[in-house]
Amino acid sequence: MNPFSSGTRLRDMIRAIRACKTAAEERAVVRKECAAIRASVSENDQDYRHRNLAKLMFIHMLGYPTHFGQMECLKLIASAGFPEKRIGYLGLMLLLDERQEVLMLVTNSLKQDLNHSNQYIVGLALCALGNICSAEMARDLAPEVERLLQFRDPNIRKKAALCSIRIIKKVPDLAENFINPAATLLKEKHHGVLITGVQLCTDLCKVSPEALEYFRKKCTDGLVKVLKDVVNSPYAPEYDIAGITDPFLHIKLLKLLRVLGQGDADASDCMNDILAQVATKTESNKNAGNAILYECVETIMSIEDNSGLRVLAINILGRFLSNRDNNIRYVALNMLMKAITVDAQAVQRHRATILECVKDSDASIRKRALELVYLLVNDSNVKPLTKELIDYLEVSDQDFKGDLTAKICSIVEKFSPEKIWYIDQMLKVLSEAGNFVKDEVWHALIVVISNASDLHGYTVRSLYRAFQTSVEQESLVRVTVWCIGEYGDMLVNNVGMLDKEEPITVTESDAVDVIEIAIKHHKSDLTTRAMAFIALLKLSCRFPTCSQRIRDIIFPYKGNLVLELQQRSIEFNSIIEKHQNIRSALVERMPVLDEATYSGRRAGSLPATVSTSNGASLNLPNGVAKPTAAPLVDLLDLTSDDAPAPSSSGGDFLQDLLGVDLSPASSQTGTSAASKTGTDVLLDLLSIGTPSPVQSSSSTADILSSIQDNKTSVATLERLSSPSSHSAQASSPAGASPVMDLLDGFTPNLAMPVYPSVVAFESSSLKIMFNFSKPPGNPQTTLIQANFINMSPHVYTDFIFQAAVPKFLQLHLDPASSNTLPASDNGSITQSLRVTNSQHGKVSELHFFIIYTFFPVLILGFMT
Amino acid sequence: MGIRFILMVNKQGQTRLAQYYEYLTLEERRALEGEIVRKCLARNEQQCSFVEHRNYKIVYRRYASLFFLVGVDNDENELAILEFIHLLVETMDRHFGNVCELDIMFHLEKAHFMLEEMVMNGCIVETSKSNILSPIQLMDKTS
Repeated sequence: MNPFSSGTRLRDMIRAIRACKTAAEERAVVRKECAAIRASVSENDQDYRHRNLAKLMFIHMLGYPTHFGQMECLKLIASAGFPEKRIGYLGLMLLLDERQEVLMLVTNSLKQDLNHSNQYIVGLALCALGNICSAEMARDLAPEVERLLQFRDPNIRKKAALCSIRIIKKVPDLAENFINPAATLLKEKHHGVLITGVQLCTDLCKVSPEALEYFRKKCTDGLVKVLKDVVNSPYAPEYDIAGITDPFLHIKLLKLLRVLGQGDADASDCMNDILAQVATKTESNKNAGNAILYECVETIMSIEDNSGLRVLAINILGRFLSNRDNNIRYVALNMLMKAITVDAQAVQRHRATILECVKDSDASIRKRALELVYLLVNDSNVKPLTKELIDYLEVSDQDFKGDLTAKICSIVEKFSPEKIWYIDQMLKVLSEAGNFVKDEVWHALIVVISNASDLHGYTVRSLYRAFQTSVEQESLVRVTVWCIGEYGDMLVNNVGMLDKEEPITVTESDAVDVIEIAIKHHKSDLTTRAMAFIALLKLSCRFPTCSQRIRDIIFPYKGNLVLELQQRSIEFNSIIEKHQNIRSALVERMPVLDEATYSGRRAGSLPATVSTSNGASLNLPNGVAKPTAAPLVDLLDLTSDDAPAPSSSGGDFLQDLLGVDLSPASSQTGTSAASKTGTDVLLDLLSIGTPSPVQSSSSTADILSSIQDNKTSVATLERLSSPSSHSAQASSPAGASPVMDLLDGFTPNLAMPVYPSVVAFESSSLKIMFNFSKPPGNPQTTLIQANFINMSPHVYTDFIFQAAVPKFLQLHLDPASSNTLPASDNGSITQSLRVTNSQHGKVSELHFFIIYTFFPVLILGFMT
Repeated sequence: MGIRFILMVNKQGQTRLAQYYEYLTLEERRALEGEIVRKCLARNEQQCSFVEHRNYKIVYRRYASLFFLVGVDNDENELAILEFIHLLVETMDRHFGNVCELDIMFHLEKAHFMLEEMVMNGCIVETSKSNILSPIQLMDKTS
């Protein structure tokens, strides 16, 4: 039975599927058909096999699974008749792919068919092999294909050539066998063989350098002649398209010439004339001609330098660019991008036209043009180009804003000639399309603002103005909130006015208004609100008159469903209410953020020391740096059963504390390590700290078992704080108080010539004693003998003691006597520290922390 | 390999022919076809025939109610592909006589045979219409 005359039922199925009104109906029809086909398959029904397969192909096209038909394909291929084989091979190519095991079974059939006496069957097998062969099949069948490259019928030769492409791609080792036969194909007259032969040569050049060398030497002249013949050939109706004979062959030849000419002056020389001829003689009023010109231009741009040809090529592109047809303009933009590396000057000449294309109504053209503009930007034209792009940002449609914004930001960052320009442009972008700006971009902006100390006032005032009109733009709001938190006083007092600025009058309550709007705005998300809280806390100190109002804003959030806000609300409320004395120190202005660290971290060169979950926000020391804080919070959370209030906003506070603790020292020297950034200190500390648990705690079980220890050591924190006069509401401030206490306690010691030993730290689990001595004749150096005693019933393994000092001190830590601390006061570890004070008489603190198995005990202060 | 896939889709976005020259799972195909068709059908006559999608470039052309979409590598000559689509349509025209969507639907296998003679493994095999059609006509005669 003939497979194509038995189409009635296939027709019926297609009709039934077409008649379906809904997807569900269609599925039902397909399910029914599939069931019938399965039944027929299991009955091994020979008559309907081909029809079943035809149906399966249709069902497959609709996107339904058809794996159960795969074996049927193989059976059809193995049958003797041509019609069965034909549909079988088609099914093989459509339903199977090279990754399936079933495919291995077909190798033998393929081999037989490649040697079949009927050339149409050989053609079928070649076609299937060319479309789906795997590496194994390629190895097995390569000799057959090689032989068929010399077959008498050109229709077989052309298919064998394409089949060879598949083979050499799957198994590049086989390439050398195909070099000679491929070179022979280039001498053919038959267009089909020629075009496939050229493609085979192109691919051979890609996989094998020897092939490239061979074709360059032996075939360049021949190819040039072939191209010449095709270009000058008389009218050939079979291949004629719009008056050009076989444009496809033109294009493939030009492509191969490009491969041969690239990086080889001789070969390039050889093709100059014909390229010039193609570039000048080809008609450019039809698509086919333009396709050839386009390919020719690309070849001219890629081969070795010939200035005459390049001028020709650039002129063609210029003509393309001014064409009314969008297709032609698109390819022109595409090509100019490649040309820019060759002749940037020539491309710059078309800048105005390209800029117009960025505003085109066609998304594809806009995208190309934007990428091209991005490449065109340099130091001299950055200002006008950016202005154009930002102006366009206002009117561009929503889909395009994301791309456009990203590119503008990237240009501004890369080429900004001065900070004020950078800030101005970024503010424009933020107020126009702040919702499209990526987090890194506004993080970077904050870093830049923080570094531009003379522009703080100007920036915060500009932001204040921008905020009034663009409250919808989330990232603008965030930057505004941050800046007002930091530089709110400059906003109100008009500090650092620039000449070009118009004076504005902003009262303290206006500034608070902004933050309040940001908190209450329905579009603000958690990050924005959290940042706003921090800003309010800072303002509460800077604007004492607004303190009560700020409390009123913060206080209602104590019951907020979002834990983060609730926590901040409670903590900040208690700071405003109960901790007047430390508040001003807590909310000091952020130290200048380190640009190098930031950009380094952004580039991913620095491993995220603490948290990998959200590395980017590490860079934001202002409270948003939640992930940074998280590990600390976690650690402290272990303790929180005992602590009166969980450790406040964790790391933020700790950062602030650190900043506070260190800043008195640093402000005197200005170079102290602490003055870098608050985060850095924390990071440093953590980075010292974090590796150790990794080394030490071998398994989570260990960690768990050590929690007990941790608990006790947590208690140390409390115990430390309890004698202090401050009421310890949150453990972090509590952590600070011993610092002060110790500071107080030590001051008298300074005068004493004899240094008594001091219990630096004592808890139920650990005791640290410091013995001081001064080496004679060297008053700047202090020797500290630290003695660690384990009071708990557990052994501390991997005990590590770390200490930090401000920069004007030098600290030398000798190795400890052991890293295992026996339990129950059964022995001790000693470790020497040598502290050299380069500025004698200056008061300093020593920060240290200890890690045993897992838990870092926090910071203590100490003076020399 | 230049051509990655060839799709024929009607105005309603239903696939009428699909030929892939690289491996994609069924789910990936459905998703890809959906995305591309949505993108291309939304464009108007004046806009250019090229759409960038993921790592493909889609060259498409509309004939009456049928869209021909060809996915190619990024460094392929777009204008040539456009010309190729036209050649494909002309070839089908010659065989079916003013080809329409239904011809392709009900003679899916023939459409595939034609395509097979024109493209193999993503490369162009033959550009002469009579060479492309002769094996198919031979088949018709013998059957």
